[in-house]
Amino acid sequence: MPDTALASATTASNTSLRAYLHGLPGVDEVGARARAADLSTRSIKTTAKAEAIDLAIRMVDLTTLEGADTAGKVRALAGKAKHPDPADPSVPRVAAVCVYSDLVAVAVEALAGSGVGVASVATAFPSGRAPLEAKLIDTRRAVADGAGEIDMVIDRGAFLSGDYVKVHDEIVAVKEACGSAHLKVILETGELVTYDNVRRASWLAMHAGADFIKTSTGKVAPAATLPVTLIMLEAVRDFRAATGRQIGVKPAGGIRTTKDAIKNLVLVNETAGSDWLDPAWFRLGASSLLNDLLMQRTKLTTGTYSGPDYYTLD
Amino acid sequence: MAESKKHRKKDTGTTEAAPQRDTSSAVPARLAVLKTYKLYVGGAFPRSESGRSYSVTSSDGAHLANAALASRKDARDAVLAARKAFGGWSARTAYNRGQILYRVAEVLEGRRAQFEADLVDADGVSADEAARLVSAAIDRWVYYAGWTDKIAQVAGGSNPVSGPYYNHSAPEPTGVVAVVAPPQGPLLGLVSVLAPIIAGGNTAIVVASERAPLAAVTLGEVLATSDLPGGVVNILTGRVAELAPPLAGHADVNALDLTGAGDLAAELEEAAAATLKRVLRPRAEEDWFADPGLSRVTPFLETKTVWHPIGV
Repeated sequence: MPDTALASATTASNTSLRAYLHGLPGVDEVGARARAADLSTRSIKTTAKAEAIDLAIRMVDLTTLEGADTAGKVRALAGKAKHPDPADPSVPRVAAVCVYSDLVAVAVEALAGSGVGVASVATAFPSGRAPLEAKLIDTRRAVADGAGEIDMVIDRGAFLSGDYVKVHDEIVAVKEACGSAHLKVILETGELVTYDNVRRASWLAMHAGADFIKTSTGKVAPAATLPVTLIMLEAVRDFRAATGRQIGVKPAGGIRTTKDAIKNLVLVNETAGSDWLDPAWFRLGASSLLNDLLMQRTKLTTGTYSGPDYYTLD
Repeated sequence: MAESKKHRKKDTGTTEAAPQRDTSSAVPARLAVLKTYKLYVGGAFPRSESGRSYSVTSSDGAHLANAALASRKDARDAVLAARKAFGGWSARTAYNRGQILYRVAEVLEGRRAQFEADLVDADGVSADEAARLVSAAIDRWVYYAGWTDKIAQVAGGSNPVSGPYYNHSAPEPTGVVAVVAPPQGPLLGLVSVLAPIIAGGNTAIVVASERAPLAAVTLGEVLATSDLPGGVVNILTGRVAELAPPLAGHADVNALDLTGAGDLAAELEEAAAATLKRVLRPRAEEDWFADPGLSRVTPFLETKTVWHPIGV
């Protein structure tokens, strides 16, 4: 476990941050892959599977992040978030709806009083290539419109070129702009090249004030792979042990099937612990996953396989 | 295994070179390379997800080979593969589908010796009878290959209506069809139920004859090398009583061909009713050599009728 001698991070220089982040223990790549592959062979059946499916549904951040998004589409998605399966009221609602910042107001109105949160991507999602002022305006606007959660992207270019102070200070500035809204920091692990970088970015984001660390935007492949999620779960586990502050994890992108979702839940339980098995600390960023969860749920309750024709396309 | 190999050679009378035992005592006799009979799902040949297999025997009870004993989950995977392939297959021109079905006949012709041997083993028929069955199966592919771009003219057309409308009907494929192949006729029976379904633009999941599945798996190899897109035909081997019910109840299956379902037919039809599937019931005493006409094609076609105003 790394030491926590980063008390004065806000005033740190690139040299000291570099010394700290590169002083973190290296990731055993082969070991991480093997551990993730091993845990994904767990067999979760019958009642345990039913519980896992309901928990996964409660953890879903139902996401639409397309250039073609409209207010109508966001309202439709909000309806689905409140009642994922209109034919079965026992299906729990999802954790949140995740939209672009200009559609936050529509989502907030559609979800008022439902208990479903509104998350907004901000800070020039998905590339993060914009001046800091623009990123902050983007964030403040989303918060003012009622977003309870902000998903920001880090500046991967700065991170990869070693300008850790820039990455750190941006997160701090956006966190401040968030006010009471929760901040999820997207590392975009598909662009970070190595697992060591994923660990470093995780610790940097946590020290800078992230409430959640999130794997990916969903616009870059590979997105949320199991080894990457494993490394991030280890990071939040160690961070809580070191500082006492609990941080959430959100894998996003590429999680399409119930099997994928359950593998993630096993990973959470075995790596970070059962404290994280809660929508407050673990989220699944996805859009098509929800339909598969509903189909599997129907299979468990009725005994027959369901088909995509019976669920909404979104 | 050695016994089954001997059995095959004896009955087919193929003229393979005899093992060269007398050349040198230092050279061991060649070990036969035996085929692993697997499923055919999504264009690939996976083993059963369950890892199970069962012994397939010849008509006189000798062990021929082990075939995969598919599970409910293999059936589910096959439905996924068939659904995925449906869009592309149904969107091809009928002419192109005909070319591909003809190609299946061509490739089948090239491997007829293997199918004849399979039939001799499975049914204990004479070599002459096996040759006649294989020829009929090849001809059946050609028959349906010719039909693909003529179905629309027979099953559709323009309709005379009272009013200023041009009224036009066209047959369209139903979708994903689950087929219980007849237990008798491991090749001809199978081809006779399968070819008309895909000729119409549907994709199929076939539960092969439980008793004699080896010819079906070999047919899968023919289909895999005949330009037929993966997933258009998916072949499962195993227990009909285990595989047919989940297929009949599956909401993403659009039609059922119960030709080989036997006593299970009524129960399967009932399960299919919940999702309003098309069902082709088993008929008494099929004669697979008879001209089938379109009797197996039209049950898996939906008629789309378009009313178009004229004179405005």
